[in-house]
Amino acid sequence: MDIKDIIKPENLVYRRTPLLTDKPLSYCPGCGHGTIHRIIMEVIEEMNIQDKTIGIAPVGCSVLAYEFMDIDMQQAAHGRATALATAIKRLLPDRFVFTYQGDGDLAAIGTAETIHACNRGENFIIFFVNNGIYGMTGGQMAPTTLPGMKASTCPFGRDTKIMGNPLKITELVAQLPGTYYVTRQAVHTPNAVRKAKKAVRNAFEYSKLNKGLCFIEFVSNCNSGWKMNAVQANKWMEENMFPFYPLGDIKVPQPEKV
Amino acid sequence: MGELRLMKGNEAFAEACIRAGVDAYFGYPITPQSEVIEYLMAAKPYETTGMVVLQAESEIASINMCYGAAGAGFLPATSSSSPGISLKMEGISYMAGAELPLIILNVVRGGPGLGDIQPAQSDYFQATKGGGHGDYRLYVLAPSSVQEMSDFVLIAKEIAFKYRNPVMILSDGVIGQMMEKVELFDPIPRRTIEEVEKQCPWATTGKKPNRQRNIITSLDLDPYRQEKHVLKLYEKYKRMEQEDVRYEEIQVSDAEYLLVAYGSSARICQKTVDLARVEGIKLGLLRAITLFPFPGKRIAELAKQVKGILAVEMSTGQLVEDVKLSVNCSVPVYHFGRTGGVIHTPTEVLDAVKNLLMK
Amino acid sequence: MAKVRGAIVVDIEKCKGCGVCVPACPQDVIQLAKEVNGKGYHYAYMHLPEECTGCTNCAVVCPDGVITVYRVKAETV
Repeated sequence: MDIKDIIKPENLVYRRTPLLTDKPLSYCPGCGHGTIHRIIMEVIEEMNIQDKTIGIAPVGCSVLAYEFMDIDMQQAAHGRATALATAIKRLLPDRFVFTYQGDGDLAAIGTAETIHACNRGENFIIFFVNNGIYGMTGGQMAPTTLPGMKASTCPFGRDTKIMGNPLKITELVAQLPGTYYVTRQAVHTPNAVRKAKKAVRNAFEYSKLNKGLCFIEFVSNCNSGWKMNAVQANKWMEENMFPFYPLGDIKVPQPEKV
Repeated sequence: MGELRLMKGNEAFAEACIRAGVDAYFGYPITPQSEVIEYLMAAKPYETTGMVVLQAESEIASINMCYGAAGAGFLPATSSSSPGISLKMEGISYMAGAELPLIILNVVRGGPGLGDIQPAQSDYFQATKGGGHGDYRLYVLAPSSVQEMSDFVLIAKEIAFKYRNPVMILSDGVIGQMMEKVELFDPIPRRTIEEVEKQCPWATTGKKPNRQRNIITSLDLDPYRQEKHVLKLYEKYKRMEQEDVRYEEIQVSDAEYLLVAYGSSARICQKTVDLARVEGIKLGLLRAITLFPFPGKRIAELAKQVKGILAVEMSTGQLVEDVKLSVNCSVPVYHFGRTGGVIHTPTEVLDAVKNLLMK
Repeated sequence: MAKVRGAIVVDIEKCKGCGVCVPACPQDVIQLAKEVNGKGYHYAYMHLPEECTGCTNCAVVCPDGVITVYRVKAETV
């Protein structure tokens, strides 16, 4: 059978979702941001909620997320995405609202906004991309940088005696009564992506229920900041990030008691 | 005639926000303006007009909630006092950059730093020269009565949408805390979502199939496009100066000496003018109602008829700089004012007129 | 018997040659080209096209979403 006979519209099984714009992604080769953008947009496409979804972009590598996602979006000041989302969701309660934030944005400068939005039980979704480093500004230490891990502001590795400990903010927000669904995912293998996409779908479905905040952490890579190629970075992530930030659901909705 | 009530300035502002059809209020307590959120929480407008009222975790969160609301086409309001306004300044700069409507009330207290909780007018520079970073201006209204704490909400609403720019009501602890009779305007219904989308086609309400996606941002990494954007903002500020300067003149037609003041200082100066006239001193007062755009043109005209001008403000001299720039050395311009939360008396101002202007 | 045949189309100019798709392919179909695209990246291509089953693994992990996948049930002996 000739390739030409396979590549026909009727045989199409996977194509880039049209909810991603044609603009080439500004991320480094192999960066998980692109995959995470894509699965969020795929879920919005599958649920047919493009006209009802409003996203908030952060400051950091994904500051330009609005250039790639074909939905209405706002770009927030550093760390304040959840404050914007709080207002939008309260004024437009029938819309789907999500924030998309990195570790510096969400777990350092925006810690107060993150925790209070979670604690108030705002009915939007937080997508938290944790790669343990500040990518945009050139590889500085993040609140989630692992002990011993090197970054440009801890060139000899993070010494927790001097620099403090990495913050497991996902476990932290799971303790709050306002969060409804908290899970930690990754997008480095096909199976991980498929699981992560299910989690994204769950979050959007749950946010219809108005029962609280849905929080998805993606443990992701930063091959530029980690100074590896993409494949090495994914392997390093499995060996080093996952033991500290284990994948899986942290808080799942309990079935209603009858 | 509208409904009459005896109210604090802060309460009048809160009630006016509900009546003006403001869509949301996000605040954080700080003396001397906490009555605003207390009044709103007690009035529960979310049960009547649907106005959202929320006490945020900080001034920073509250201003960014305003950003989100305004970006979705709604009119938000927030209030604070000097130290809290400093915290909001980043968000205000972002909102000016993203061209978003907003009503901000600053009930100014003495400072710098934590200062005290008494009335002051020492945030003039912050309010009129930007305050946050970057090339931007706020439209700044200065009420001098509880009545104006209510009325100016309507002006602020109109201007915020006319220019897609934040509007600051620069009040102070006197106006915020004192009680006066207020005639309240009749309630205006909040816009429906359809009306919001019609008035604000740029708003992020959800991308409809018949339009491009809407993006609210203050970021543009291309310097040539950023320059174009900043110049577009500049044109708006120039237009404000052409079309929306507001001031009030008191006994200026025959004045030989002129006071320039705003807010509670202007009320004190009004008494000074009366005292001066009793003594036969031809003193007049120009009360600036908008501090940006500044009524500098009118002050320059009046400079041709008077022998000197005294800028009276509860600070060590901020408004006075704009007065000097306006008259361009054509007449002597002096400053008088108490600061740090101390309020000058009409007699002190009259003494300053005699000692500085008439010496 | 029916055999599943697949094929991928890589948007060569948008591929950044990160290589994440290479280990994701259970059939070892994909390699990075020796040639580079307009941006200088060694783009992904089907090195063993006849082995492709159209499982979509490569497209699912592709951070830039540059892979389109086709699949067909082909009758063979």
